Amino acid sequence: MKISDPDIFVQLTPRKALLALVAMVGLVLGSLSTHGAAAHLTVGFSQVGAESAWRTAETESIKSEGAKRGVTLKFSDAQGKQENQIKALRSFIAQKVDAIILAPVVETGWEPVLREAKRAKIPVVLVDRGVKVSDDSLFATLIASDFIAEGKMAAEWLAKRSGGNAQIVELQGTPGAAPAIDRKKGFEAGIASQPGMKIIASQSGDFRRANGKEVMEALIKKHGNEITAVYAHNDDMAIGAIQAIEESGRKPGADVIVVSIDGVRGAFEAMVAGKLSCTVECNPLLGPLAFDAAEKAAGGATLEKKTIVPDRVFDQSTAKAVIGSRQY
Amino acid sequence: MKALRSLPLLATSLVFLVLYAAASILYPGFFAAQVFINLLGDNAFLGVSALGMTLVILAGGIDLSVGAVVAFTTVFIATGVGRGMHPVVAIGAAIAIATLLGTIMGWLIQKFELPAFLVTLGGMFFARGMAFVVNRESVAIAHPFWQKAADFAVPIGSSASVPATALVFVLTLGAMIVIAHRTRFGRNIYAVGGSLGSARLMGLPVAATQIAVYALSGACSGLAGVVSTLYTSSGDPARATGLELDAIASVVIGGTLLTGGVGSPAGTLMGVLIFGTLQSALVFDGRLNSWWLRIAMGGLLLIFVLLQRSLTRGSTLEK
Repeated sequence: MKISDPDIFVQLTPRKALLALVAMVGLVLGSLSTHGAAAHLTVGFSQVGAESAWRTAETESIKSEGAKRGVTLKFSDAQGKQENQIKALRSFIAQKVDAIILAPVVETGWEPVLREAKRAKIPVVLVDRGVKVSDDSLFATLIASDFIAEGKMAAEWLAKRSGGNAQIVELQGTPGAAPAIDRKKGFEAGIASQPGMKIIASQSGDFRRANGKEVMEALIKKHGNEITAVYAHNDDMAIGAIQAIEESGRKPGADVIVVSIDGVRGAFEAMVAGKLSCTVECNPLLGPLAFDAAEKAAGGATLEKKTIVPDRVFDQSTAKAVIGSRQY
Repeated sequence: MKALRSLPLLATSLVFLVLYAAASILYPGFFAAQVFINLLGDNAFLGVSALGMTLVILAGGIDLSVGAVVAFTTVFIATGVGRGMHPVVAIGAAIAIATLLGTIMGWLIQKFELPAFLVTLGGMFFARGMAFVVNRESVAIAHPFWQKAADFAVPIGSSASVPATALVFVLTLGAMIVIAHRTRFGRNIYAVGGSLGSARLMGLPVAATQIAVYALSGACSGLAGVVSTLYTSSGDPARATGLELDAIASVVIGGTLLTGGVGSPAGTLMGVLIFGTLQSALVFDGRLNSWWLRIAMGGLLLIFVLLQRSLTRGSTLEK
């Protein structure tokens, strides 16, 4: 084998390489300090990832609420992968935590691991997204916004603003994810009574800003000035779309009405700047509700299967007044 | 040459033992039979695909299609069962398709002397695309037979049980060890990967061996897809993105030379266990950022590559 710079390798003997290996393992282990004994509840929280500002706010809310209540929180970021979430859940079960909080990345595929949790008598509190299971005793409760209602609220606001006439581009969330399915459903139901409102294109932007921009650029190329409104399933994609619209020379918020859901700080800033038209809040501060449920369920109580988090609509006229009080 | 064979495997096993012991000391409840079995069960789809990858790398190739083939298999099975196919038929068909894809890639690589990297990259795009063509969304499987298979577990003592996914992994490992070390085909793989020219001069069936390793890797990816489908009782076209890279990392950390000819399936098991132990330890800790897994794997990977380089250099100097 040819080596471009042999000097580096001549000195590297197997023994030295082994030493380096041992040192590296030591380094990794040294950074993990020992555990304090759990005085209170131990709760495992499996989060999807940190793909949007909304999700980061949700994570922060759960972490800070856990700290406030003296709960030992085991936090696991699945980096957007279901297999990582399932692994985390199984590790939580092996650790015999008192309760599990799960923000599922997709609706399906949870049955086996939830059955395992049930056998171990560990209640699972679902947050922000539901799961499809044949037996709903597999989870304690679902704490979430009503995504269908959110889609409907967005549609109704757009109908009022556009006078019932709009050629709409829809930026969908991750295919298969509950918010993407229900926000689409709700929005379609909301415009069903408006013959002048039509969805001319609908594509997935995966809930990400970069993808929202990319998809919007492609749709602008295809449909051009035909587009009079954008409906994005979350703020991040809307912000991406706004950039694409600006780059095409049109004015977001004026030439093209931009409606989205979530109500993150970036959305409020965009509304104050006049670029985003309206956002339907989807409250991510679920920490208090989640721990209330986890504590009750761990204590053996039976909970309502769904706890709905109330949502509100904000538009440019109200954005300025409330932006200072937004926590996320 | 002997050190070249055994030292990387020894080093990997040592790393695994040290990591596992440390995690057991640091985290209460980590040292339990079920946690160890979970390592096998939770990482079975990675393990099975990494075993297939091991043969390909031993023969001097690479297979980037495995993650996408896993995803395709899961959606194919879930959608097929949803449309009334019997699970056993769906599994058989899925593995057959995965094997066929592997065979075609192997044939292209061998026949036209194309770079494996590019051919399997094409295979990866193809399989991922097909997964989304079969179904754009994740689909659950609600077949009674499937439920039974997914829940199947062999109890060990009173507190632990071995799930079907772990069993598949262990059986595949056994098969791969036999193939690699006890068959003519296995010896041919080492010979082809060690020195293609010598293998040709010796009159070994080089072409057939090269095609067969990709076919086997395809079959392993298909089987890994079955495991993944069992694991979740669902199929998802977006599943296992980047799995091929984790598999390659596990193989290399397991002591297999990326240039071929040296390594073993047992080493790959160690590589997968290290990956799994790091991941579980992070969850048990529950406070560290889960991306440390990637950083640790990256560090280990670099060190093992350096270790291998120093070994190969040593052996060439001896000559």
